[in-house]
Amino acid sequence: MSAMRTAAKRAPEALAQQHGVYLHVPFCRSRCDYCAFATWTDRAHLVERYLAACRRQAAGAAPGLPAITSVFFGGGTPSAVPPDRLLAALAPLPLAPGAEVTVEANPDDITVELLDTYLAGGVTRISLGVQSMTPHVLAALGRRHDPASVARAAEAAHRAGVPFNVDLIYGAAGETLDDWARTVDGALELGPVHVSAYALTVEPGTALAADPARHPDDDDQADKYLLAEARLTAAGFESYEISNWARPGHRCRHNLLYWSSGEYLGVGCAAHSHRHGRRSWNVRTPERYIAAVEGGRSVEAAGDRLPEAARRVEGLQLALRTRDGVPAAAFSREDLQALGGLVEVADERARLTVEGRLLANEVAVRLRG
Amino acid sequence: MQLSRIRNLSVVAHIDHGKTTLSDRILEISGAVDPRDMRAQYLDSMDLERERGITIKLQSVRVNYHDHVLNLIDTPGHVDFGYEVSRSLAACEGVVLLVDAAQGIEAQTLANCYLAMENDLEIVACLNKIDLPAAEPDKYAKEIENVLGIPADDVLRISAKTGEGVGALLDAVIERIPPPTGDPDAPLQGLIFDSHFDQYRGVVSSVRVVAGTLRTGARLRFVQAGAVHDADEVGVRAPVPTPVAALGPGETGYLIAGIKDVGEARSGETVTEAARPAEPLAGYRDPKPMVFCGLFPVDGDEFPELRDALEKLRLNDSSFTYEPETSGALGFGFRCGFLGLLHMEIVRERLEREFDLSLIATAPSVAYLVHTTRGEVVEVDNPSEMPAPQEIELIEEPWLAVTILTPADFTGTLMDLCQTRRGEMQKLEYLSPERVELRYRVPLAEVVTDFFDQLKSRTQGYASLDYEPAGYAGSNLVKVDVLLNAAPVDAFSMIVHRDKADAYGRRMTEKLRELIPRQLFDVPIQAAVGGRIIARETVKAKRKDVLAKCYGGDISRKRKLLERQKEGKKRMKSIGRVEVPQEAFVSALRLD
Repeated sequence: MSAMRTAAKRAPEALAQQHGVYLHVPFCRSRCDYCAFATWTDRAHLVERYLAACRRQAAGAAPGLPAITSVFFGGGTPSAVPPDRLLAALAPLPLAPGAEVTVEANPDDITVELLDTYLAGGVTRISLGVQSMTPHVLAALGRRHDPASVARAAEAAHRAGVPFNVDLIYGAAGETLDDWARTVDGALELGPVHVSAYALTVEPGTALAADPARHPDDDDQADKYLLAEARLTAAGFESYEISNWARPGHRCRHNLLYWSSGEYLGVGCAAHSHRHGRRSWNVRTPERYIAAVEGGRSVEAAGDRLPEAARRVEGLQLALRTRDGVPAAAFSREDLQALGGLVEVADERARLTVEGRLLANEVAVRLRG
Repeated sequence: MQLSRIRNLSVVAHIDHGKTTLSDRILEISGAVDPRDMRAQYLDSMDLERERGITIKLQSVRVNYHDHVLNLIDTPGHVDFGYEVSRSLAACEGVVLLVDAAQGIEAQTLANCYLAMENDLEIVACLNKIDLPAAEPDKYAKEIENVLGIPADDVLRISAKTGEGVGALLDAVIERIPPPTGDPDAPLQGLIFDSHFDQYRGVVSSVRVVAGTLRTGARLRFVQAGAVHDADEVGVRAPVPTPVAALGPGETGYLIAGIKDVGEARSGETVTEAARPAEPLAGYRDPKPMVFCGLFPVDGDEFPELRDALEKLRLNDSSFTYEPETSGALGFGFRCGFLGLLHMEIVRERLEREFDLSLIATAPSVAYLVHTTRGEVVEVDNPSEMPAPQEIELIEEPWLAVTILTPADFTGTLMDLCQTRRGEMQKLEYLSPERVELRYRVPLAEVVTDFFDQLKSRTQGYASLDYEPAGYAGSNLVKVDVLLNAAPVDAFSMIVHRDKADAYGRRMTEKLRELIPRQLFDVPIQAAVGGRIIARETVKAKRKDVLAKCYGGDISRKRKLLERQKEGKKRMKSIGRVEVPQEAFVSALRLD
């Protein structure tokens, strides 16, 4: 097992003292079929100015921020941009001691040198976009990375001593249950501390959406979810959110912020913020983002502040996704009864069962604030 | 007006044999309509009529020709409105039988012709469309001779399109059709043969004075309605409505008497003077609905609009009935009765078109006579009101006497159709080597489910159909219920012959399995007759409904998605604990 950084082992601080930052990198070398994120394959020439703009936004926001307890570089493909520029973008922010800092990476990009640069810059965690260990499934997902580079990347991470997450996707066209079992087992062999396994989802406007023959089947995905749950749990991982499993002490603190209605600043185009009880998001394209920052204007596209009752319900809906669940009183007695095998109640808290996680929407709509 | 110079006539013709074109031509030749104002289908005033090429509401029009007054009294072009046809024929002394020279006489035309003969009307037969290359006037003149006994030599040949022969036809009308008779001083007897509702004038009735004189301003008694109204305006349609002081015996025109509801001035009604009443004319009949269905707004919120629309439409068409109905599957709506299938379609289309409603109709039903074990006889036109099987002694259903005229080649396929529809053959006769007349007794319920469409598609449109009610007879009928998680879905209950119950049950359960969304538990969909299950399907429990990713950018989106899902749940109909969007039921009925 890889070396673990002491910071990552530390128990999370109380929520009130936590504040996250998300930085969005809207650049990719190629676009995956299923991807609906704000990312572009033809804007490499904007990288420098974009990251400089991010740095300016961060610098502007810094005076109003408490110590930052978690940072997440997401995308897009953060590993595709120069690491020094990437890390410099958040340099103006007040980082708390022991802060969790994650970079999402394409396995093709990972080298020991890159990881050393990340570590020197404060990175504590890598998230590898593996998706599948089966070549024909990768092809069906429209992924371009070389399956062989996954093992190389994991090996480099171990050598550099950086704990890592593996992102997986199940339900691509042509993926058998055996294929998926091989992917889960293969991912475990890489030695991650954290696994995110996502049901392939058809997002409007994607290449996948336009091809109904390749749309995933709910029953197949349910089977695959149960398989992942069984194998990951057997390997010592704990399911702490619907799509996330971690070894003890390796939950992603940044992502926990999202599910605990915590606060975070979004830096970069299309990044979302949640600050002082208000959700907002930045302009979508890198060009507009750069123009706004360089022009000294707000980068915010829009935002909303929900009424108190709606905020409470939203908080419950998010918390329901996690292992901690919600207060049992958030459901009516009849609903709890109707939800039978989907929710279990213990210590006044209602938690999703494995079946319940698969039907979380059905459960969530019955929450009351 | 001298009686000897009046001719009252109807044109009897099949749907596309050219009646409207002939009417247009007559208006033109007689100078009644300025050529500049002429438009095709001048007399079909409803958009629907022009589009479908059929006449629903009757018009009468008066033209002058060679010192004579000709009153052309229109007849509806569909078997659903057979009673209206009989009333307009009662207002005439003769008919022009108009037959397409390329197609020959059709079943319904023949039926109307027989009706005219029974009423001793003079028939002036003519073949239209002689300008068509496919016209075979000699052949069809011979056929008319064979079928109706009118000498082939007396059959006129015209082209309403080009005008050829139309003058000669009008001459023949004047020569052959007798003028009306009647005493202008006798007590008034006026026959109402059509009424429509005009939003400015109220009810406008077409009336034929049989005896006496109908004067503007007279106080009138409407005998069947038992109501008294003043004749605000009496006039003739020339074809522009033109008020006159009085209409004498044998004359035809319109009457406006401050009536707000066409139900008070129905076809067949007799008007007479309140002060000097005469006997009512024979032949009045209350319009009796034959076909029933539930009409529901697709959007439940539109129920009040549907109610208002029905109220308004009924002012114009008293022959359909409606009463509120509540369905577990479709919400609030109305159980409606119609003269026939076409009438049902027309009413529904008018509701949607003129009142901008989106409606869903349940499968058409007929009125059954149910003899209960307690010795009562109840009329049931809604399957959901059918008594339990153990309370039923016998069910009688309405039958039709069906006449089909067809090219001989299609005899086999039509006999097969009638057979599968539980028909009983009465007669098979060759009208000519190429044409066959088939007569069957067929249950009405079998005719209201796409019989006409089948007839047309099996014969490439060449066969024609006419029918008339032929009483009730006991049949081995059962009610098939469709159950969702053991709870009946009222909108899909259907009364069918026992031999067809299994097929109906299978079809509906299969269809619903496709349409019912998966629930948190397995949902059995069953078809049952009484307590016996005849078909079963299962909608397997839903296993996955979750948003896989929920990070910063997904949170607002997820919240909205869940809100929509919650809203959707509120709109769902809950039947047997199964939540079903109304659209699923709507689709199931539409697919039928």
